[in-house]
Amino acid sequence: MDLLNALVALTNYVIVPGLSYGSQLALGALGVTLIYGILRFSNFAHGDTMAFGAMVTILLTWLFQSAGLSAGPLPTALLALPFGILGTIALMLLTDRTVYRFYRQQKAKPVIFVMVSLGVMFIMNGLVRFIIGPGDQRFTDGERFVISARTFKKLTGLDEGLAIKTTEALTVVTAVIVVAVLFWFLNKTRTGKSMRAYSDNEDLALLSGINPERVVMYTWMIVAALATIAGVLYGLDKSFKPFTYFQLLLPIFASAIVGGLGNPIGAIAGGFIIAFSEVTITYAWKKVLTYGLPESLAPDGLVQLLSTDYKFAVSFAILIVVLLFKPTGLFKGKAV
Amino acid sequence: MKKLLMATAAAALTAGTAYAGGHAKEVKLGVLFGFTGPIESLAPAMGDGAELAMEEVTKSGKLLDSATVTSVRADTGCIDNGLAVANGEKLVAEGVNGIIGGDCSGVTGAILQNVAIPNGMVMISPSATSPGLSTMEDNGLFFRTSPSDAREGQVMAEILKERGINSIALTYTNNDYGKGLADAIQSSFEEVGGEVTIVTAHEDGKGDYSAEVGALASAGGDILVVAGYLDQGGLGIIQGSLDSGAFDTFGLPGGMIGDSLPANVGADLDGSFGQIAGSDSKGAEIFAEMAKERGFDGTSAYASESYDAAALFLLAMQAANSTNPADYVGKILDVANAPGEPINPGELGKALEILAAGGEIDYQGATGVELIGPGESAGSYREIEVKDGKNETLRFR
Repeated sequence: MDLLNALVALTNYVIVPGLSYGSQLALGALGVTLIYGILRFSNFAHGDTMAFGAMVTILLTWLFQSAGLSAGPLPTALLALPFGILGTIALMLLTDRTVYRFYRQQKAKPVIFVMVSLGVMFIMNGLVRFIIGPGDQRFTDGERFVISARTFKKLTGLDEGLAIKTTEALTVVTAVIVVAVLFWFLNKTRTGKSMRAYSDNEDLALLSGINPERVVMYTWMIVAALATIAGVLYGLDKSFKPFTYFQLLLPIFASAIVGGLGNPIGAIAGGFIIAFSEVTITYAWKKVLTYGLPESLAPDGLVQLLSTDYKFAVSFAILIVVLLFKPTGLFKGKAV
Repeated sequence: MKKLLMATAAAALTAGTAYAGGHAKEVKLGVLFGFTGPIESLAPAMGDGAELAMEEVTKSGKLLDSATVTSVRADTGCIDNGLAVANGEKLVAEGVNGIIGGDCSGVTGAILQNVAIPNGMVMISPSATSPGLSTMEDNGLFFRTSPSDAREGQVMAEILKERGINSIALTYTNNDYGKGLADAIQSSFEEVGGEVTIVTAHEDGKGDYSAEVGALASAGGDILVVAGYLDQGGLGIIQGSLDSGAFDTFGLPGGMIGDSLPANVGADLDGSFGQIAGSDSKGAEIFAEMAKERGFDGTSAYASESYDAAALFLLAMQAANSTNPADYVGKILDVANAPGEPINPGELGKALEILAAGGEIDYQGATGVELIGPGESAGSYREIEVKDGKNETLRFR
């Protein structure tokens, strides 16, 4: 019984939040890694692309809500999501036509692209704040919990509760579906294969007749979709505020680099590694240990390795260790 | 923004001067608040509160030789020490007779050390509540119309004890205010025999607080005390704790009291309780009425304290018959405290008359002013409990 309580407490405070946060990071890191692999630069505007996608979705969600549309127990935002993706794709393609294409024709160095993306980031930053404002926006509706802590306690008679929010379940399920579709696309379709070829060896790909502009266009479209989905899921689960999306950029890049920039599997693994190390290292294990260990061994202190203030420090410590000992990341990405 | 503010201040100044044309004398008070930055939503009402007192005095025509009082606004940015000090110096250069401000505790200390003390300028802050300011060396030049957070810690400990709570988990927003308040709550609660299981900081403006909530839940405690801001991390912590079933009841210090919290959290917040600086004096009502007439919200946080700060300056000047800080500084405690005729908001003219005739006053103002110790408000608090999604006042302490 006690072991059961320990397990429930662990699931409630570590595993469930870690899984949903990890999925959100993984989706974000996938976008970053695709740009790095195919367009060959680190896209600093990714966090704000997520914010833009989430913003379009939120505005449409409000429109749908006022029109009385709803998805039953699921959040209305899911209905608005496809349109949000379309809006973000339009913005991405517009940015590429007006900004990135110029530098591509100049054959600019990657570092120039990085600086250009920084500029794009500031513009998007302003655009989002200009349209929806800098404050918190809530747009979650529908059923809040798959199972709430109180119901769980009642059902099982355990001391510890387990809460799973709808948005958490939704995040994980959506992430699995999106990743499956993406890998199918990259490995099985002609366009996907041409993208991978272009990523592996640009000259060879050009010689074999792959149209580079086409590959670039598809990449932006996929990245826009990934960013919007990640942004909306994060906003649903937590809350939407432009500034938090900007801050997300750091853990997302950490995930992508830890996993190996340019490697999609690495991005997913990196997302979960970062998320779980942030949660587990700053978690106070007292409760779990008190349930799990015999009474004589139960700890008095909090058994917390690091205070939660150091949450961000954890991801960067991991990042540095990985860069020192395995610069290409855990899953062999391109050399950084 | 800065330019705009400066232009506004300059415009207000010119307008004030033109208006003052026919009068003999001019008294200038600096209004040094964070018109930009984290409390930019509160600062306009605070500025209006201070200027309301100035207008009232000017209209009465009874200050010194029927002097006019003009306000010179300047920005602290709330957390920008460089900006605050530069603007403080600018005010002194413009020849203000006193500075109402600063607002946030950190910049207030900086202005005090770098501007007020070297220039012998008097400061009355309406909203800096850090306990650190009580002990800071101030050459007797610093006063505040808000109570120190150390007092709030005592009040909170009393309330907790009376409700039979023996252990709390404590989290604070990671800045001067949060840290000072958390220290005060912890030491006062431990003094009365309570146990604090964990003290941990949270950062504002983040999306995710599950790690913080996890640590707090693991430490346990009867309730969770959240010394944060209701629109910021404080809300996130409460939402996270309720979602994961970590805590059901919350202790809410001043920064967490507001209508938006019960509205955002919903029915689960019922039964949580806390306290915020406030008094049941008649002055508060009168002030709210006066503010409404002038077109701003008098119940906005620290607006009434700002009115009192401005009024104290002008009354002390009248009592000392001088606008020189070195002369009137000694009179501030005299006019604020008993003995003397109690003075409510809107009665500044009457107070000036009494002082001119050599009588004594006990300024009550909008917040029931009573200055103690090193010149800070004794502080009465409203005890609040959330019932049916509303903050209800239980009693005053």
